[in-house]
Amino acid sequence: MRQAGGKDDAPVREAGGEAARGEVAAGRRRTYAELLRWDTALGVLLVAVLLAGAGGTEGFAETTNLSAALNDTAEIALIALPMTLLVVAGQVDLSVASMLGLSSALAGSLWDAGWAFELIVPVCLLVGLAGGLLNGWLVTRVGLPALAVTIGTLTLYRGLASVVLGNKAVADFPETYAQWASYTKTVPGTFVPYPIALFAVLAVGAAVVLHRTRYGRAMFAIGAQEQAAWFAGVRVNRIKLVLFALTGLTAAFAGIVHTLRYGSARADNGIGLELVVIASVLLGGVDFNGGKGTLGGAVAGVLLIGVLNNLLTLNDVSNEIQVVVTGVLLIVSVLTPRVIAVAGERRQRRTAAT
Amino acid sequence: MRPHPRTRVRTRTRARTTARARTLAATAVGCALTLALAGCSGTTKDDAKDDAGSAKEGARNAKADPDAPLKEGLKLAFLPKQINNPYEKIVDEAGIEAAGEYGGQAKEVGPSDAKASSQVSYINTLVQQRQDAILIAANDPNAVCGPLKQAMKRDIKVVAYDSDTHKDCRQLFINQASSEDIGRSLIQHTAKQLGHKGEIAILSATQNATNQNAWIEFMKDELEKPAYEDMKLVKTAYGDDDDQKSFQETQGLLKAYPKLKAVISPTTVGIAAAARYIGGSSYKGKVVLNGLGTPNQMRKYVKNGTVEQFSLWDPEKLGYLASYAAASLSSGQITGREGERFTAGELGERTVGKDGEVILGPPTVFDAKNIDDFDF
Repeated sequence: MRQAGGKDDAPVREAGGEAARGEVAAGRRRTYAELLRWDTALGVLLVAVLLAGAGGTEGFAETTNLSAALNDTAEIALIALPMTLLVVAGQVDLSVASMLGLSSALAGSLWDAGWAFELIVPVCLLVGLAGGLLNGWLVTRVGLPALAVTIGTLTLYRGLASVVLGNKAVADFPETYAQWASYTKTVPGTFVPYPIALFAVLAVGAAVVLHRTRYGRAMFAIGAQEQAAWFAGVRVNRIKLVLFALTGLTAAFAGIVHTLRYGSARADNGIGLELVVIASVLLGGVDFNGGKGTLGGAVAGVLLIGVLNNLLTLNDVSNEIQVVVTGVLLIVSVLTPRVIAVAGERRQRRTAAT
Repeated sequence: MRPHPRTRVRTRTRARTTARARTLAATAVGCALTLALAGCSGTTKDDAKDDAGSAKEGARNAKADPDAPLKEGLKLAFLPKQINNPYEKIVDEAGIEAAGEYGGQAKEVGPSDAKASSQVSYINTLVQQRQDAILIAANDPNAVCGPLKQAMKRDIKVVAYDSDTHKDCRQLFINQASSEDIGRSLIQHTAKQLGHKGEIAILSATQNATNQNAWIEFMKDELEKPAYEDMKLVKTAYGDDDDQKSFQETQGLLKAYPKLKAVISPTTVGIAAAARYIGGSSYKGKVVLNGLGTPNQMRKYVKNGTVEQFSLWDPEKLGYLASYAAASLSSGQITGREGERFTAGELGERTVGKDGEVILGPPTVFDAKNIDDFDF
């Protein structure tokens, strides 16, 4: 795990004797760093892709296409929010797609049994909360690493989904709710479908929590140096537990959205989605080791993957190439900050030598 | 672990916390009750009205003109279950070639995973590209419904082939062979090979595959008949149309059921993987393998005695028929109503059956005698 505060303090300290010059250099470097911040770059890239699409691809800028493309990212976008907070705190949850499937399967089997949809939703959300709490409990109380725990629950929740619904597929969900999740019905006056509108509201909430409250600062502290955070009085375990619970809850909600959107409840819904979520978050510049990243970056990551896939599909680029594009972007996103850091260190060493 | 710096504070406020917890619990119970009450008057399965079909009705009001010529320059898109499936590739390529015969343009697009959700984003982009017709092998009969209805509303014709969607979400379904024929004949052939005796297992594709599940239902139904009382279906395994997984599932089946006499795999990926395992093991020649496969994949195993026979319809003809059917729809020769007729190139005249189904014909049985007559 990364040492706390390693990024900015070290160069200044090493500059030592030539304090004045060192500070000027550090100041200039910080400006570069601001300019080269990955999430800003990603936002610019997103806008560029949107403009290029609007200019060069027929049908891309039409509202129906944008609504459909946005709505296709609904579940990924929703789950990416708590996932960003988790990764910032140095944790990860790989069981989200399985929880999505479990929630979908449960919704299907209860609906089939004649339950009211208004009752099914809270039941599914409670199951999501319980699943999240189980992950959190295993990590915080039993002390297992998040990766190991959630690989286990990834299999467990998917298995439970199969137990609940078997190989059945339940369809014919109520039209009013299906409409809510569909891309054809948008927030009046815009091309934004309701699940995405909800995501936007939640994203603002999550950004405020992460970047403007002491809870957010605590998450960064835990991700940077858990021990130090603990000694500083941060309730490490409680925050982790809450984050896992929130993630489970959101995944279960995404399961409902998925079920309504596709009008089909199945145990295998959303298989493999956890990797797309995590890829989006990492693409957004959130450090997998924790302690670094912004919510805006993660949102840009989600949107960029969604928009790129839509644009490439419209241009008949095969699915294999799309996967390669996403893969390359991901590697670049992980590599770039590292390269900048190494280059900075070299320049620093040269300055110190003269 | 050492006590947390905040523990002291916590003990002091324990009393208050307990009180708060109690209030919380009470609120939770209250909420649950409200929800339960709301639930009683909520939306249940019985209330959900099925507005399906309205999109199709609109399209159907159009009159068929059997004499209309096939339009030039039609844009067709094949959307298979997944693009790297060799069987689907054969179907789609034949369909694309057929489009050349009547001056149309066809292409194949699709996901690399056999997921319905991946197909949905493809349907949306095809609508956006203003194709004249979408031909789809559905990964889930319902999940692709919404966008297909949108497509039909925008006057894009929808033809399902190989694996059907819900019948309200497409105008035609090109059925490779009736599901009943396939299911029952697989059991009949296998039974003959076994002398109507012994344990059998099925190695299928994914748990939710529409076509495989329909065939398996008919297989089970056939097995109910008294002629098969000495045969027992011990397990249906799922290889997910993945070569590796199908191989391992076959291995698992033969280990778990030592008395197993036959494996039936109604999927081309499954039967090839099963043949590879059985052909390289001591079960070769002792365990019967039957199912649906392509001659090119299975030739080796028929010649070396691992497999005696298997069956399949001609996938090239399926793609060819689907392509012509889509062109006839887009040109207004047919609308998808029962009894309408159209000409499918060299396959001759075809009639639309009940629920918009067009059946290709009975499956062909391949064995050592005829396998070299086929190349696909």
